[in-house]
Amino acid sequence: MVPLSWYVALSAMMFITGLVGVLIRRNIVVVLLCIEIMLNAVNINFVAFSDYLHLIDGQIFVFFVITVAAAEVAIGLGIIISLFRLRESVNMDDYNLLKL
Amino acid sequence: MIQQLPFFYFGGMALVCAILVVASRAAIYSAMALLGMFIHVAGLFIVLDAPFLAGVQLLVYAGAILVLYLFVVMLLNLQGGGATPLQKQTPFAILLSLLAIGELGYLLVKTHFYPKLPAIPHPSVPTLGNSETIGMVLYTQYLFPFEVASVVLLIALVGAIVMARGRGRFRQE
Repeated sequence: MVPLSWYVALSAMMFITGLVGVLIRRNIVVVLLCIEIMLNAVNINFVAFSDYLHLIDGQIFVFFVITVAAAEVAIGLGIIISLFRLRESVNMDDYNLLKL
Repeated sequence: MIQQLPFFYFGGMALVCAILVVASRAAIYSAMALLGMFIHVAGLFIVLDAPFLAGVQLLVYAGAILVLYLFVVMLLNLQGGGATPLQKQTPFAILLSLLAIGELGYLLVKTHFYPKLPAIPHPSVPTLGNSETIGMVLYTQYLFPFEVASVVLLIALVGAIVMARGRGRFRQE
């Protein structure tokens, strides 16, 4: 039996990996991929606690996380295509439209 | 040790794939590494006694979301690019990372590892299977969030079409 804390540690490591990716990568598509890593890390946590506590609610929440992830991907990629039409670039540093 | 082997394999591979996503130069390699991560996370769900979620993970993430990413990556024809160095925000970034390292270190020092978790009494062993239990709870106790989720998906559908159509205000700059 694997202790619960190992799952929490794995989830934390994956979350940090995704966070670092969001911070250091300048390609917008890769930044969205890194957000997926973070959501998956959270899902692992949910399912691990669900297994440990013998409660099904954690697994239900994973459903909602997956739903939100799908919505986020659809909207995010639409925005990326729109921005690419505007500037012909996927580098985040090229987009400072909202900067004063 | 032999019982912990699946955890180490799936967890370790998921972590390695996640690092590959961040470290790969080309966006297409990042997307393929993400596919590996999704599959190994699904394996982890099976280890954690959630086979239905493992199936959903494979269908939705590896089947739908990743294909969407691959479409966009190939549509935009992204060439390498890789990590461009930080420009003028370097001192600020160093300051913030030192702050974050300090905070994480403080949290690690203050954490009690392997605390005595109270033993959870095994409640009435569910006679139903995993997917039946999820269905029962999802359509009774969580019915309202379920409906809200469908509205979220509808908004995403309409929003994606409006965003990607491109003949709107975005175009006539």
